[in-house]
Amino acid sequence: MSLLHLVIILPFIFAFGSPFLYKVTNRIHTGWFMLPAPIFIFGYFLSRVPKVQNGESVTTAVPWIPSIGVHFTVYLDGLSLLFALLISGIGSLVIIYSIFYLNKRKEALGQFYIYLLLFMGAMLGVVLSENLITLYGFWELTSISSFLLIAFWNQREKSLYGALKSMLITVFGGLAMLSGFLLLYMMTGTFSIREIIANAAMITEHSLFIPAMLLILLGAFTKSAQFPFHIWLPDAMEAPTPVSAYLHSATMVKAGLYLVARMSPIFAGEASWFWIVSATGIVTLIYGSYRALKQTDLKAMLAFSTISQLGLIMSLLGLGSAAAIFTGTSESLFYVKATMAGIFHLINHAVFKGALFMIVGIVDHETGTRDIRKLGGLMSVMPITFSVALIGTFSMAGLPPFNGFLSKEMFFTAVINIMNLDMWNMQFLSVLFPVIAWVASVFTFIYSMLLLFRTFAGKKQFDKLEKKPHEAPLGLLLPPVVLGALAVVFGIFPNILSYTLIEPTMAAIHPTMLLSGQQFDTSIQIWHGWTAEIFMTIGVIAVGTVLYRQHQRVKVLHLPLFSEITLNKTYDGGLRLLDKGAKGLTDRYMTGSIRHYMIYIFLFLIISIAITMGISNSVRLDFTQYAPMSLYEAVIIFALIVSVIAVPFARTRMMAIILTGTAGYMVTLFFVIFRAPDLALTQMIVETVSVTLFLLCFYHLPKLKKELESLRFKLSNFIIALGVGVVMTLLALSASSSRSFESISDFFIKESYNLAGGKNIVNVILVDFRGFDTMLEIVVLSIASYGIYALIKVNLTDDVDRVGTGYWESENKLTFNGIRSNDVILKTIAKAVIVIILAFSLYLFFSGHNAPGGGFIGALMAAAAFVLLAMAFGSKRVREVISIDFRKLSAVGILIALLTGTGSFLFDLPFLSHAFGYVELPLLGHMEWATAMLFDLGVYLTVVGITMTIILAIGRDK
Amino acid sequence: MELYMSIAIGVLFTVGVYLVLSKSLLRIILGTSLLTHGIHLLLLTMSRLKTGAAPLLGQKADSYVDPLPQALILTSIVISFGVTSFFFVLAYKAYQKLGTDDIEQLRGKEDE
Repeated sequence: MSLLHLVIILPFIFAFGSPFLYKVTNRIHTGWFMLPAPIFIFGYFLSRVPKVQNGESVTTAVPWIPSIGVHFTVYLDGLSLLFALLISGIGSLVIIYSIFYLNKRKEALGQFYIYLLLFMGAMLGVVLSENLITLYGFWELTSISSFLLIAFWNQREKSLYGALKSMLITVFGGLAMLSGFLLLYMMTGTFSIREIIANAAMITEHSLFIPAMLLILLGAFTKSAQFPFHIWLPDAMEAPTPVSAYLHSATMVKAGLYLVARMSPIFAGEASWFWIVSATGIVTLIYGSYRALKQTDLKAMLAFSTISQLGLIMSLLGLGSAAAIFTGTSESLFYVKATMAGIFHLINHAVFKGALFMIVGIVDHETGTRDIRKLGGLMSVMPITFSVALIGTFSMAGLPPFNGFLSKEMFFTAVINIMNLDMWNMQFLSVLFPVIAWVASVFTFIYSMLLLFRTFAGKKQFDKLEKKPHEAPLGLLLPPVVLGALAVVFGIFPNILSYTLIEPTMAAIHPTMLLSGQQFDTSIQIWHGWTAEIFMTIGVIAVGTVLYRQHQRVKVLHLPLFSEITLNKTYDGGLRLLDKGAKGLTDRYMTGSIRHYMIYIFLFLIISIAITMGISNSVRLDFTQYAPMSLYEAVIIFALIVSVIAVPFARTRMMAIILTGTAGYMVTLFFVIFRAPDLALTQMIVETVSVTLFLLCFYHLPKLKKELESLRFKLSNFIIALGVGVVMTLLALSASSSRSFESISDFFIKESYNLAGGKNIVNVILVDFRGFDTMLEIVVLSIASYGIYALIKVNLTDDVDRVGTGYWESENKLTFNGIRSNDVILKTIAKAVIVIILAFSLYLFFSGHNAPGGGFIGALMAAAAFVLLAMAFGSKRVREVISIDFRKLSAVGILIALLTGTGSFLFDLPFLSHAFGYVELPLLGHMEWATAMLFDLGVYLTVVGITMTIILAIGRDK
Repeated sequence: MELYMSIAIGVLFTVGVYLVLSKSLLRIILGTSLLTHGIHLLLLTMSRLKTGAAPLLGQKADSYVDPLPQALILTSIVISFGVTSFFFVLAYKAYQKLGTDDIEQLRGKEDE
């Protein structure tokens, strides 16, 4: 853990505090509390500049998943420093701006600052991560926080649409990027970016090299809104303006550029990298600038302008990669100028575009509209805003003396230089670069002028505005003024940046190009003499001015080109189709029929088990080791099989229930034969109670009782059933004839008495070794019993009238005077027998640790006694005699079990550790006391409570 | 013995599955009961049958049968009792409310 880690975590800490601060202090805007975070971070990174300038880099790692080489490694070099400064610097200004932009009474500021700070931390994480997996994690976090911020005004339909669109596109890219990273990992065996760069030369011939490159570029292009993935950015403008200024112009959309720059040392020098990056960039540049012309909404105009400028920087990074081929020669320094222009323009764009977004926000805030058809003449009422807008738009149009002029000149240099490249069939195509660049610059000039003059000059039409326009408050003006001032300063003194930031960044992008001690020449001159570039600029201004004048008259400049087929319609249609397709596919198998679902389950069971057995070839019939069978056992098996087979053929429901019960009792007999006394006891009682339940539920339903089953034989069902049966028989045979690993049962046999002091191993496993399972089991049972209670209690009156008719009601009166018999003999015997059963139940409970019995069995036995009581005297009577709330009883039981378990914490032992000891008691003699007993008491009470809740709930129903 | 038990298990599963796939709620519930029995016997058979005395150390026998499946089955018996009861009451109430116990008629409709 280092200070660098803390810097990334700091925004997250602030984000966490945001909602609390918002609740506690409603008089002070939450933004003020958030502001220290970015300011501190900015200061910290500023103090790192001299060290990074000297070529020092910082790396510290915190292990995360060391086994697969994933670490939280942070790395600070020129490139990450540049981005970190942008993120924290513009972040500070945006927070100040947001304090005045967002009303503290009307907006959910607590959430807003969570999202914003979350984004800041994530973005810092992206640029400082040295490990690809951490980078990816932070990358997706920026997408998520962007989603949340775009949808901030979540009552607006368009916000939600825009948020979803940006999320779908950027996360799609993010996943592609992740698979690219994984391919890199497969080739190099490491997630560390620097280690991959060190091995870059070895992997260029690898067959996965190109796929990895394409996938990573997909991530970069979607994030940086490159054509044709740009469509999310205009819709993202639904976000509050401070967010647009921050995420969708200055920082997040530049993450793609960061990624391309970061990956350049790996991929640069590849023809496909050069072509894809620079061509995508230049196409995006011209497309974005052309679309920007046609917008009437100021923010939409800025959105397309951002797309186009991102394309410009992207193409420069692509052109700069040509330098990698000429490593070590003077030619490399010739092409590297493109990279330098790209970095410089990246800074400039953040500065002037940030300012312009804030200006548009001010205009929106003060006039109530962003539509240039309604605006005009604001110059006189908003002079400061106008001045900053002038600086911003002139800088964007590439006019001197602002910073945009310099980087635009350098851009022209780069595209002219590329014509010298005589590799990769460039001779013909390379001419296109300067041409497209020049045309796009003309478009840029025109929309910049439209933005400025349509808003601030022209005739005043204040009557069309919602508000009476006036100059914005100081707080709103301060951030854009700072950025505007920077645009001027960088324009006049560009060399402030050249060796402090640009040179270290270039060293990070082209690490192999220089020998140690060398530096890139990054000094920037304002005047080069009468070069081709300056004539190109003059041409831009001349043609641009003419076209600006003609803008309204030339249709191609302000009307949509294709109204039928657009990328947005493709996106919407694709999404709808996907939705419909997914629904259609799901509907095909999610039919709502339980039978179908069961068929899927059983078929899967058959197939998976059959395949597994086929592969492992484990079915061996080895009769010699089998236990012998007596005639008595043969009779039971026969009886079981016959009763089971008879169930489907039963003509009445009664018969089916009784046959199932028979099968249950046969199973009980098997438990006796197979030396499982606990099971036999339990099964017997459960079977008795269940059959009672069966009868309670169905016998008393008059219609059901009389109704005959329709016994149509279904072949398909039978085949599936037979399949399951055969597979299970084979499974039983293969499992009993071979064993692929040692059983853990021997441990229980050996240690049951030593460790837990109990001789009944089954009981010891239940209450001690696997006590936690038992604990959760009784919880599940309680839930089931409460569920039954609730079901019975549900008021069905309104429906009963419709379905039931009078017949039901009269019948119910007769039937459910409870479970009652008028048999005098039963009543008399029951009185005596119940006492015996209850005593037996207590015996079973107390002896359970050493002899057959225990909490479960004892409790079921007690419940059986109560059931008998209910049969003899009616359930109403039982409730009167035993005035215990059985639901509370089961809750108390769970509580006792839980307390026994937590009791072991007092002795610093893990949950449910048990202790035992022996005492000599008069009369009872040598007795064992174990805490497991207490736990079993909990089980006992719970099970009694549950069973009685169920029985009484059903008996009570009328 | 194991061979015949395996066959019995197969029969339990066949009939259980066949009942579960039928339309009547009651038969489905009975089917699950039979499946439960099948599973219990399967667990017992898996660990060989009658290999020693009952797992009670008081018997001081040389060898005991495997106690682990017994512990599993004991848990299963009680749980299946709870679940079957719940299922019953659900079916009973559904019948009361809707007047049918045909599972195909209880099918949910679109957007329900």
